[in-house]
Amino acid sequence: MFESSERLIAVDGVGKSYGAVRALGEVCLEINSGQALGIVGHNGAGKSTLISILAGTQLPSRGQLAFADGEPMPGYGVGQAHANGIRCVFQELSLCPNLSVAENARILHPAIRGFGWKASATRLIAGKLDEIFPGHGINTGEPVGDLTIAKRQMVEIARAFTFVDTPIRLVILDEPTSSLDTVIARQLLAHLRSFIDQGGACILISHLLEEILENCDRIVVMRDGGVVADREATAFTKTSLVAAMGSVAKERGSTRRAPTKRKTGEQPLVSLRPARQSDERTLNVYTGEIVGLAGLSGHGQTEALVDIYLKNPPSPLVSGTQRPMALVPGDRQVDGVFPLWSIGRNITIGSMRHMVRGGLIDQQAEERLAEEWKRRIAIRTPDMHDNILSLSGGNQQKALFARALGSPAGIILMDDPMRGVDISTKQEVYEMIREEAGLGRTFIWYTTEMDELEHCDHVYVFRNGSIVADLSGDELTEQKVLQASFEESGDAERRHTRVDGAP
Amino acid sequence: MKAFIPSSRILRSLLPAFSLTVLLIAIFYLQPRTMSYMGLNLLLNLALPIAFATLAQMCVITVNDLDLGIGAFVGFVACVGATWLNDTPVLGAGVLILCIAAYAALGALIHLRNLPSIVVTLGMSFFWLGLALLVLPTPGGKAPDWVRAVMTVKTPGLPATIYASVLVAILVHVALMRSAYGVVLRGVGGNPRAVERAGWSLLRAKMTMYSLAGFFGVLSGISLIGLTTSADANIALRYTLLSIAGVILGGGEFVGGRISPVGAVLGAITLTLAGSFLSFLRISPDWQIGAQGAILILVLALRVLINRAGSK
Amino acid sequence: MAKPWIWAFLGAFLVWFSTIVYTGGTGAGAILSAALSFATFSVIVGIGQMYVITLGPGNVDLSIPATMTFAGAVSMKIMDTQDPMILPGLGIALLCGTAVGIFNYALIRLLRIPPIIATLSSSFLVQSCAIAYGRGLKIKPPELLADFTTVKIAGLPLLALCVIALAAIMSVVLHRTVFGRSVLAIGQNPRAAELAGVKVGFIRFATYTQSGILAGLCGYLLAGFSGGASLNMGAEYLLASIAVVVIGGTSVAGGFANLPGLWGAALFMFLLVTMLNTFGLSAGIRLLLTGVIIVAVITLAGGRRNNH
Repeated sequence: MFESSERLIAVDGVGKSYGAVRALGEVCLEINSGQALGIVGHNGAGKSTLISILAGTQLPSRGQLAFADGEPMPGYGVGQAHANGIRCVFQELSLCPNLSVAENARILHPAIRGFGWKASATRLIAGKLDEIFPGHGINTGEPVGDLTIAKRQMVEIARAFTFVDTPIRLVILDEPTSSLDTVIARQLLAHLRSFIDQGGACILISHLLEEILENCDRIVVMRDGGVVADREATAFTKTSLVAAMGSVAKERGSTRRAPTKRKTGEQPLVSLRPARQSDERTLNVYTGEIVGLAGLSGHGQTEALVDIYLKNPPSPLVSGTQRPMALVPGDRQVDGVFPLWSIGRNITIGSMRHMVRGGLIDQQAEERLAEEWKRRIAIRTPDMHDNILSLSGGNQQKALFARALGSPAGIILMDDPMRGVDISTKQEVYEMIREEAGLGRTFIWYTTEMDELEHCDHVYVFRNGSIVADLSGDELTEQKVLQASFEESGDAERRHTRVDGAP
Repeated sequence: MKAFIPSSRILRSLLPAFSLTVLLIAIFYLQPRTMSYMGLNLLLNLALPIAFATLAQMCVITVNDLDLGIGAFVGFVACVGATWLNDTPVLGAGVLILCIAAYAALGALIHLRNLPSIVVTLGMSFFWLGLALLVLPTPGGKAPDWVRAVMTVKTPGLPATIYASVLVAILVHVALMRSAYGVVLRGVGGNPRAVERAGWSLLRAKMTMYSLAGFFGVLSGISLIGLTTSADANIALRYTLLSIAGVILGGGEFVGGRISPVGAVLGAITLTLAGSFLSFLRISPDWQIGAQGAILILVLALRVLINRAGSK
Repeated sequence: MAKPWIWAFLGAFLVWFSTIVYTGGTGAGAILSAALSFATFSVIVGIGQMYVITLGPGNVDLSIPATMTFAGAVSMKIMDTQDPMILPGLGIALLCGTAVGIFNYALIRLLRIPPIIATLSSSFLVQSCAIAYGRGLKIKPPELLADFTTVKIAGLPLLALCVIALAAIMSVVLHRTVFGRSVLAIGQNPRAAELAGVKVGFIRFATYTQSGILAGLCGYLLAGFSGGASLNMGAEYLLASIAVVVIGGTSVAGGFANLPGLWGAALFMFLLVTMLNTFGLSAGIRLLLTGVIIVAVITLAGGRRNNH
């Protein structure tokens, strides 16, 4: 497989924490030249954090990276990474859509300048595209914004492999084949193999286990911010990989929710067929249920939730009509918090339409609502009139919960709201959800934490934007969820669960 | 691969030349006497100052900002040109260079403090107008002789304006669209984070573009007084809106770094002609300003339609 | 800044005081009264502009002067100096403003263009309509209207008192109605607002229409005040409407609006002009200072928040 491999980078006790949340524990890893390293893991395993540290876009909170010459790099940044021959292709594209392919190549290489720069840049990128993706059909003079996503991905990858003076020693690819068709994906993997054979190093992150097993020399399995397995690829099978990703079998039963009995002939409260669904499966939610959405993050769950939420807007000319739904966002900063407002205002915005008296919002009703939820969900603050950013992250999240739960909405949608929240807050909120569900509220809960699926009646697993499994009762195990998240469409077993829970 | 995708882009880039040609044909049809040297000269008289102002606006739009003070700035330059540049050339030149530096500083301020360019440049328009009134409280002044001479030179074949516009368009095109650093400058408008991650300085890019805007603003003011011989603080206030319209007509977009220097010059010429066109149509002067707004709306609507057709 | 609107009033007071000191105390009351009269009009359009700016960065209404001129011209002509036509005239002016506001939003929504450009292009069109309709003839306003706009009660202009009341009402609307809260929410975080149940599209539509209505009202009253509508009556109100919003402490990043500040800033700007005139300084200095103050205020306040 490889002739001589020398250690390129030693990841020495690298860890990363964001405040109280530990994204990466003490990771020790060796990255060798002439070797393809695969990294697999479920959500929150720490893969993205690890590679962003390697690529220089983030600094570790602990530990260090030691390079081939043994010297740990101080102030390691993207510039340093490039100078050391490290390239990274992230999932979000870093191309300028208004510039042509060749011009985008120039952006990456300041050394290409002066008269005739365009010819050099064109030669560089066109050559690399031909080398990796023969027959690609990409016009290097065309603006990137006019290319299809697949072609943009190809350009991004090819650009990462271009070099002017410092040869590339390590290429990190995060889900590179996700937007490529099979033929092009195979070309990429073949090129990777020849790159490795010539002494390069590569890190490949993918949720396609077949791909990892076929193309990597060594596989690292990550879970909960740490490495749980680090062996040669031949020592793994698909099943053992899935098993390694899952947590040790825990005691079940105490927190397992008894599925609610559905009335015969009941119509679903919510019914959605995801946009990319090719078969007939739909997401159906009945009154009083807690339905979970699972699968790897970014596979269509948030889109499904937002779709459901926005699908029935009230008529703009009829005021006072509240949607029967409320949404608890997961990305606080982007989707949830109003940074200039007080905690109280952040909560009452979900219910303001229902507190109107004589055209004005009833201030006393507002205060009452805020105080009630401060108590019920235990928001730790001396004063609900303080600005919301004075709260800790976990308490801000609680405020967002209060916004949804405090509204008259009968259906609560939750978009992975427990990300980065401390454990005690989580327990408090789980209690709250159980309580509310008991009172007849319906929940649709997208979560990236396996444990939280325990609370659900049944779980829809998403992959690539469509539902691939509908698990409930005894089938609702971590292994089955992992399997469904990682299975390829070729050998996916169809599981049919009847509505009344019979196998 | 549908053949429509490249065609939509080509359509968009041909729109400015197309609208100019249509307008020109319409004018020649309505008033055949304009098809002469004198006629063209009269029609395109003010094209060059407007073209420079449009290029200045284009530079700012390239980095996803907008300059609502360019009109007042050009007026100020005109006033300086008609007074200090004439009486004490060294002082005048110094002041103009200082202005370009001021524009660069403005760019730095907007970038570092993350300010909305609309409001800052609107505030600056007060500033430039006030300065202009201080320099030249009442219309008057006298353009320097050398400026007059340059602007009224008689060239063989076609009026000097046309040659000058072509030359300027080509120069800016080469500088911005064909140079290595021009790529970076436009990239800043397209994906600033990616460009920054690749190691380029966003601050330097913004300051460069704003300085260029100042430079073109100076050219606009100087060329203007070469034509009008005297100056007035309010002389170029309408250039603000005209310059924005020119960039858009020329195929530029407000965000995304998609601009076209050639298109901008063409757009400026089109707008200059539009005024004459409307008077030839016997449209009362009441509606001329409205027609300019209508043209802008029309062009934008056309673009939306082309985009929608291209994405089907 | 806990109470940002105080600064504007403080500035206004300081300027007024300097003027009085310079004149040796004469005309203090008259100056204040004149300030109130003229500031009134800035405040009316300032309210509309403030709501629009509060919607978030990129939202500005540049069609205000054209709308004022148009509404003023049309309503004066309809009323034709007849007192009984005052209320229909008002109705027409408000209707003109509504039409422009709706047109603005249609351009923004259908053409997907930034509000600056949409309101800019529509201002061209509306201005032309005003010119064509008004045709330069300065029709006098009905006498009752002219009196209403100029009469004083205990030394204070009645119109100013009415507009103070209007500002108070609009402040309550901003903080205590669903509409106002929605505007503030959208300005802070449009995505979060949408996910919290705010009807973003409708609120934006209503805000731009409201700005048009207020501009129409202002045009009507200004025409009454100035003895008729003239074609450039709105010219200085574009910059004035934005200046009073910015200097008054409203955040240009959106999500935070300051209504009392509008009055403070309007008074400040008018008194500044008066002071400079009293000192014998030219119009140029006034404009220059206004520009510097606007830029300084924004620079100090900072721009877009970094939450996106």
